[in-house]
Amino acid sequence: MDRDIVLCAERVSKQVSSPEGPLTIVREVSFAVRARESVAIAGPSGAGKSTLLALLAGLDTVSSGKLWLASADLTTLDEDGRARLRAQHVGFVFQSFHLVPALTALENVMLPLELRGRSDARARAIEILGRVGLAARVGHYPRQLSGGEQQRVAMARAAVGDPTVLFADEPTGNLDTVTGERIIELLFELNAAAQTTLVLVTHDAALAARCGRVLRMDSGTLV
Amino acid sequence: MRMLLMALRSLRREWRSGELAVLWISVAVAVAALTGVGFLVDRIGRAVQSQANEVLGADARLESPEVLGSELQQHAQALQLRTARLTTMLSVVYNGDTSQLANIRAASASYPLRGTLTVAGSPFGLGAKVRGIPAPGDCWPDSRLSAALGAGVGSTLSVGARSLRVSRILIGRPDQGSTFVEFAPALLINDGDLASTRLVQPASRMQYDLLLAGNPEAIASYQSWFKGRARPGEKLETVADASPQIGEAARRAGRFLALASVVAVLLCAVAVAMSARSYLARHLDAVALMKTLGAQRRFILGVHASQLLILAIGATLVGSLGGWLTQLWLLRALAGFLRADLPPAGWVPVIIGLVVAVAMLAGFALPSLLQLTQVPALRVLRRDTGPPPLRLWLALAPAVLAVIGIIYGTLGQWSLSLSFMGALTATIAVLAAGAWGLVQLAERVRGGASLALRQGLANLSRRRIDSMVQVVAFGLSITLLLVLTTLRRDLIHDWRATLPPGVPNYFFVNIPADQRENFRDALEASGAKPERMLPMVRGRLTSINGVAIGEIPKHSDMAEREQNLTWSMELGDDNRITAGHWWTANDMGKPLVSLASEFQESLGLKLGDRLMFDVAGERIEARVASFRKVKWDSFRPNFFIVFPPGLLDFAAGSYMTSARYQPVGGGGLTALVRRFPSVSIFNVGDLLAQVRAVIDKAATAVQSVFAFTLLAGITVLLAAVQSSRDERRYETAILRALGAGRRLLLGSTLVEFAGLGLLAGVLAATVAAFGGLLLARELELHYHFDALMWLTGVVTTVVIMAVSGWLAMRPVLNKQPRSVLN
Repeated sequence: MDRDIVLCAERVSKQVSSPEGPLTIVREVSFAVRARESVAIAGPSGAGKSTLLALLAGLDTVSSGKLWLASADLTTLDEDGRARLRAQHVGFVFQSFHLVPALTALENVMLPLELRGRSDARARAIEILGRVGLAARVGHYPRQLSGGEQQRVAMARAAVGDPTVLFADEPTGNLDTVTGERIIELLFELNAAAQTTLVLVTHDAALAARCGRVLRMDSGTLV
Repeated sequence: MRMLLMALRSLRREWRSGELAVLWISVAVAVAALTGVGFLVDRIGRAVQSQANEVLGADARLESPEVLGSELQQHAQALQLRTARLTTMLSVVYNGDTSQLANIRAASASYPLRGTLTVAGSPFGLGAKVRGIPAPGDCWPDSRLSAALGAGVGSTLSVGARSLRVSRILIGRPDQGSTFVEFAPALLINDGDLASTRLVQPASRMQYDLLLAGNPEAIASYQSWFKGRARPGEKLETVADASPQIGEAARRAGRFLALASVVAVLLCAVAVAMSARSYLARHLDAVALMKTLGAQRRFILGVHASQLLILAIGATLVGSLGGWLTQLWLLRALAGFLRADLPPAGWVPVIIGLVVAVAMLAGFALPSLLQLTQVPALRVLRRDTGPPPLRLWLALAPAVLAVIGIIYGTLGQWSLSLSFMGALTATIAVLAAGAWGLVQLAERVRGGASLALRQGLANLSRRRIDSMVQVVAFGLSITLLLVLTTLRRDLIHDWRATLPPGVPNYFFVNIPADQRENFRDALEASGAKPERMLPMVRGRLTSINGVAIGEIPKHSDMAEREQNLTWSMELGDDNRITAGHWWTANDMGKPLVSLASEFQESLGLKLGDRLMFDVAGERIEARVASFRKVKWDSFRPNFFIVFPPGLLDFAAGSYMTSARYQPVGGGGLTALVRRFPSVSIFNVGDLLAQVRAVIDKAATAVQSVFAFTLLAGITVLLAAVQSSRDERRYETAILRALGAGRRLLLGSTLVEFAGLGLLAGVLAATVAAFGGLLLARELELHYHFDALMWLTGVVTTVVIMAVSGWLAMRPVLNKQPRSVLN
């Protein structure tokens, strides 16, 4: 495999059981993403975008096919193996932010570094929170922050560990247009500064257009 | 190390945010209740025991027919036990020309070690407590001796070669009436005067007692030391051997207290299980996120297990402090009841508290914790994905092991523990089946209901597992509380019923056969109500099934003693046949015998065994026809060994009876003693007062412990309300956002919780009625079904559940939906 490729899917399918019988959500998807590339996975609701993202990040297992993330074959790893891989190479931004409500903004950002046992977690977290414009809000709990601020904390958390790939699932889905645009600016800024590969899922055509490449999905397949 | 640091750090953060407080508080309250019960049971148990020991005048009494070896006393002193010597013998005492056979009791200065002597200025007078014994040269005759000899204070009595001045009349001593074999009246003298009486001769029949008192461990250590070196005829008695009445009350109180503390612990365990479920639910998202960020399962398990352990240690320390303070407060409340010289509460309850806190968390929280590690990382994208359901054995095994450990550890008796566990399992099964039925029913009937009702019923059927868990947990708590309430009432009722105000207070022994009618008439004429009058002959058991008693390897003291035998056609209502049959008119004169269960157990006898007795030189062999459970605390004439009439007629026996007798002053009794000089009179009124005191104090103890059990029940309630609050808050906010008014929301909450409460209440009250019946049988109590109690149980449960629902809803109803939904 090309050493520049950080993400590769080969005939990946995902099937789940439903009351009406087996349901294929992702069907025979194949593509590759190079380092520092930005890729949007776009498509209507129910197309299978989020499921594909979950498979790519090792949050879920494939029913058939092969998947590589940072040269590791995800389909041969168990849950803990995939978690180790994520700790080293993956950052995440979610539509609903997923901040831990019991932790302050600073503690939320420190979390990935603490999981790796890094001693400079606090300093790094303060630095990156400054970069996203939240230096004055480090001691606030998520409930004390606005939606845009929460998403900025989430982005700081995703970027703090210098991930190989940054996955974003509808990062502006819960935000108003103006706030959403600011967040997108910030996301691309962080991505450019850290030279990270960006894979984002969106149904927003404008956002998709800002990425280097757009993969369109419909009914579980790339079109 | 990284794991521990992370655990500490997130513990600090979660604590600050209030997330862990509920779990922590429920463990702390559990430990407080547990150690509070532990401290209290320990100290009250000792108090009851100590009160009971007053009947013996000591904690233990060593009896010997020979002069006591000095090593017996030295060893006691080495164990820091207090000691007193008591030498008793039968001798004739003179007041001028009048004489009377008396039991001379020479006591050392520290006698009695437990309880006090009471004395008066005239026979049968009102006694006053006194410390100490007669001074050298003085003596204290008891009322009977004083009356028989016509000797009052100031008279001089001759005892052997010595003259002693009567300085007081002995009204009561703690060790009187512990057995009814001391027929002769008593004379208490100073140990120092014994030698000068010259009554101690090589051929004299003496009994030398060494009384012991001190902490129970030292007594137990002395007991086991003595076991190996006892000479023939020597024995060491504790209160259980000496007084069946007190032993019975103390034993029942002890078992009830143990049962009550187990219930408190189990209720707390239910609270822990519910808090752990809530902890699990609150941490699903955080764990899924941690996994997304790269945390592995072992790490997650380690972090949360360390958190729980730290939590357990903290909760144990604070809970123990709470328990200790509570028992201090209770001790103050029970002032005058508990002995001042009880050793202070030790560290043992704290250690037990920690062990049980860890066991509870391991048994009831570990399954939730294991489930937490199974949360898929995918949950960050799809909130509807959760951990796979636990394997049944994994969910149940730790809890079952913890429950077995806690029950057996507290009750310490397999038969009682097994019946308790069996009842517990059956209760859970009934409650779970009932809850399943309710959920099914709610699903079916909700279609035609009003909106509030439909919403409430929908909640019941949709939160299927939650509904079932709540019915089982609440139902179990209410069942246990109701069983305890019923038992406590029956226990106290039974105790008091065994000692109603009219219970006999005097025993009359040695009534000649030809005077028994006259004696009965005399008693009745003086206003007393005599009980049955039974014949009494002395006899000795010589062989069992042809094997001489001396050749039976493990024969008990009971077999060696000379026994009091009787015969009777009627079985009193204070006797219950436990095996075999009581005789009929056809059995008159047949060689049969009925034995009290204590006698059966001490010799391991079975129905049909052949017992040979030596009665006045005649050998009689009788077959065991029945075993009886005797209520010794009826204070009516009762015997270990009863024959059918017509078998022992040859033996010239005397008769005995008991009566409630209220002599006006001492005159009535003095007249009775003079008219029937051979009759021995025993005043058991003092013993009775002691038994009553023990029972009253045991009842107080039971009530105090019951308060702890209630507290534990409330903890369960808090945990249950807390466990579903977040979810309800969210759902209610959505409903409010859609335009639902407070009335509708309150209505649907009440329907749901009252529905759960009604079912839990009905099932719990019914199961409690059956459970109470079974346990009452185990504890040998009379069970009464109480319809009012049943109804109270149901109504209370409905109200408690409805109020808890309202409590859960209140914060939501007072909040803007936006603050919950954004």
